[in-house]
Amino acid sequence: MTTMTYEQAMEEFDPVFGIEVHVELNTATKMFCGCANEFGAEPNTQVCPVCLGLPGAMPVTNEKAVESAIRLGLALGCSIRESSRFARKNYFYPDLSKDYQISQYDEPTCYEGSLDVVLDDGTVVTVEIERAHMEEDAGKNTHVGGSGGIQGADYSLVDYNRGGVPLVEIVTKPITGMGARTAEVARAYVATIRDIVRALGISDGRMEQGSVRADVNLSLRPKAVAGESQDAVPFGKRSETKNVNSLRAIERAVHFEAARQASLLLAGQPVVQETRHWHEDTSSTTPGRSKEEAEDYRYFPEPDLLPVQPSREWVEELRGTIPEHPAKMRARLREAWGFSDLEMRDVVAADALVLIESTVAAGASAQAARKWWMGELSRVANDREVSLPELPVTPAAIAELQGLVDDGKINDKLARQALEGVLAGEGSPSEVVASRGLAVVSDDSALEKAVDEALAAQPDVLAKIQDGKVQAAGAIVGAVMKATRGQADAGRVREIILQRAGVEG
Amino acid sequence: MTAIDWTRATAAQMADALAAGEVTSVELVQAHLDRIAAVDGPVHAFLHIDAEGALETARAVDADRAAGVELPRLAGVPIGIKDVLVTKGLPTTAGSRILEGWIPPYDATVTRRVREARMPILGKTNMDEFAMGSSTEHSGYGPTRNPWDLDRIPGGSGGGSAAALAAFEAPLTIGSDTGGSIRQPASVTATVGVKPTYGGVSRFGAIALASSLDQLGPCGRTVLDTALLHEVMGGHDEMDATSLDEPVPAVVEAALAGAQMDLTGVRVGVVAELSGKDGGFQDGVKRRFEESLDRLRAMGAEIVEVSCPSFEYALAAYYVILPSEASSNLAKFDSVRFGLRVEKSTVEKTMLATRAEGFGDEVKRRIILGTYALSAGYYDAYYGSAQKVRTLVQRDFDAAFAQCDVLVSPTTPTTPFKIGERIDDPLAMYLNDIATIPANLAGIPGMSLPSGLAPEDGLPVGFQILAPAHEDARLYRIGAALEASLTAEWGGPLSAQAPELEVAE
Repeated sequence: MTTMTYEQAMEEFDPVFGIEVHVELNTATKMFCGCANEFGAEPNTQVCPVCLGLPGAMPVTNEKAVESAIRLGLALGCSIRESSRFARKNYFYPDLSKDYQISQYDEPTCYEGSLDVVLDDGTVVTVEIERAHMEEDAGKNTHVGGSGGIQGADYSLVDYNRGGVPLVEIVTKPITGMGARTAEVARAYVATIRDIVRALGISDGRMEQGSVRADVNLSLRPKAVAGESQDAVPFGKRSETKNVNSLRAIERAVHFEAARQASLLLAGQPVVQETRHWHEDTSSTTPGRSKEEAEDYRYFPEPDLLPVQPSREWVEELRGTIPEHPAKMRARLREAWGFSDLEMRDVVAADALVLIESTVAAGASAQAARKWWMGELSRVANDREVSLPELPVTPAAIAELQGLVDDGKINDKLARQALEGVLAGEGSPSEVVASRGLAVVSDDSALEKAVDEALAAQPDVLAKIQDGKVQAAGAIVGAVMKATRGQADAGRVREIILQRAGVEG
Repeated sequence: MTAIDWTRATAAQMADALAAGEVTSVELVQAHLDRIAAVDGPVHAFLHIDAEGALETARAVDADRAAGVELPRLAGVPIGIKDVLVTKGLPTTAGSRILEGWIPPYDATVTRRVREARMPILGKTNMDEFAMGSSTEHSGYGPTRNPWDLDRIPGGSGGGSAAALAAFEAPLTIGSDTGGSIRQPASVTATVGVKPTYGGVSRFGAIALASSLDQLGPCGRTVLDTALLHEVMGGHDEMDATSLDEPVPAVVEAALAGAQMDLTGVRVGVVAELSGKDGGFQDGVKRRFEESLDRLRAMGAEIVEVSCPSFEYALAAYYVILPSEASSNLAKFDSVRFGLRVEKSTVEKTMLATRAEGFGDEVKRRIILGTYALSAGYYDAYYGSAQKVRTLVQRDFDAAFAQCDVLVSPTTPTTPFKIGERIDDPLAMYLNDIATIPANLAGIPGMSLPSGLAPEDGLPVGFQILAPAHEDARLYRIGAALEASLTAEWGGPLSAQAPELEVAE
């Protein structure tokens, strides 16, 4: 069997794909009980009779989670059902405490939306959304010893802390016509969802912690022959690659699956409809459960919960809280700030967009804000191995710091020292400048004295300046800055040098 | 020994005597513990006795009363709790071997309210396994026997709660009614049982059989006693999403008003389909029912006949909905977190072996039925159709209640049958509940109270009253009137006519 590349596969076949994204909501408590919804606690410490599925326990819907789900649905352009309901999805698994998952089935709260996805070259692709429904997460199994896996381990441990954490599952309609750009679109779609949930503030959107997880469905069908519409060609058998948990992995999973399926098809072998596991280390997939032996989940309406019936007024109120589409916001800000595409991409990649926006809102210029966040602060964040938003400094403080520079109260070097103080928790920039005595020396007599001394020490430089080689003044500026331990205003020093040398700058 | 046999008193009399200082709670509890020790061997109403816990509560109540602390009306009056309710620190099995030895770490809402009412809990009463049955023969711990005739069934699933009352082992007990499990045992033991409006009593902590049908309710030997307990149990609970957010109906007031025996202006509807005129009802049952109608008429009520044509399909719909929900509710008994575990080489085999060994035949029968009814391809034909019947039954009730204030019928078609008589004939067993099931499908309240003994066998006959949703008080008014009329003729409660049980040494 010939092994195809992704590119070859795309030349031979027409890809159809769909993506299911699970978003873990950042509500304070779980979906159906009062337990804390927090990542990383000791196993089985955030549990109660409800999320442990003890006999007699009953769920109560977390209204905040419903609000988050509706806001997400609105951001995805979905219609919000006047009356939707929860359903039980029945299957036995040790990490599922009740042995059924409370989800939504035939009446999801949010349905039929669409999302514009902007690719790197500016191309806009509209992805149709089938539904966005609420459900609870399962716990986590750890298989120990033996051959691993649930059937072969010596024993298995179950942590129910994650059990009952609220999720919204967003399901696309089949996406067609993307050809070789399929992998790029898949990646950009998930990135856009991640940006939206962050902008909404309903999830931390951390793919590495599993708070945004994607399942990628992909199938290939023959390319239409001349004169035939591609839409008329039936879909091929699809695979569903589960838990692809980084943007890069999504692109790679599409590559791998397209190539694998194309290789099978070209060899005359069938593609099996099945779920597949993603392996990050090898960037490949292996078969899971085949759909033929798939379980029948025996969905039926959850009798322990009332229907979700948000009032129209509330939905409209929530609609007013939906932030701008991240791509549109980026385009608008790039225009307003005059950043290059490259600068903007770096800003987005560094998670600095909102920080810069807030810094600008607090009075700094866009370039100055960018300089701070992408320069000194990025360096500090990198040293401390944290993200920019995690640094203990506010955009307002950065704007204040820049204001001090603009007013000539401090220079760049002093500003960096002031920032160091701010990051060390010594107070606001003004407070640090005052407490550390960082104000620039602006007393002309002191500066004149220092300039005279420097000129006297380097008479050859003075001669050069007087000869018209004004740039030679830099050496004197440096000497004065050294003598004043950096606290002089370099611009003023330069003026005094030229004055003393009898030339105008 | 006290001169008075306090076990023969009503709960209201006990409460009054406690308040008047004529008896202590410790004396009441001890009298009942002694009675249990004397007769519960053959009756087997209790699965677990908590003598020390009950006495401890009693001592605390007595001390508080002596200290002049204001106490709830039923403080110090002992009670038995059906083993379907979880009780923190007390074994809870729901009559199933799969929960043998399980000690719940939390209290059901109703358990908590009983404790807050300062009622000593004598123990947990026997029941058909997971409340599946009409005879208590399906208990995993052996059948309960009817104190009127130890060879006969005490009804089910709450046979333990009813038999405990009839055998004077407790003045009050708690039951749960999914299709008649409170009312049918009351009927065959000459006691009173009420299924409140769906949502009127919190289900939180009641081990679920069929969540959309289950309702907890009070059991006593008189209408007033039952009303007193109803007010302890009822009311909104934020832990149960289906709990009604409205005050508990004034049932005690209604019971006191009814005892005045004036039913002028009350319209009582006789359901043609449940009156036994089409056969299937024992002669003595019909005769006592007709006599009770005459008594209601004599007190000023107007008797009208109404028709509920959809009731014909109620039993069939019930036996689709109940097993469907039960198959899902009982999935959690998987050996992973609590209860029985039959250790095998893998998790899957362990789950299978545990459920095979832990569940009884009737439970397995219904899990299989329900799993089948919910399966893909069958859902619409079974569960979907059953839900439509449910809507029709509700409409029949709506139409009937447009013509009358309450509906009445015999509670069961026959007096209690012999233990073993129907154990191999599930359909005959299911027919017992023909008159009680419609109320559960519609969520309306119902009461059964004694209407006499069938002349042909001298065994108890029950009279059922049904009211529109939220109108539980009507049951008590009409029930108390009928009870007053009947006891005036009998010279005391019917329960006093039960044959003396042989007392163990």
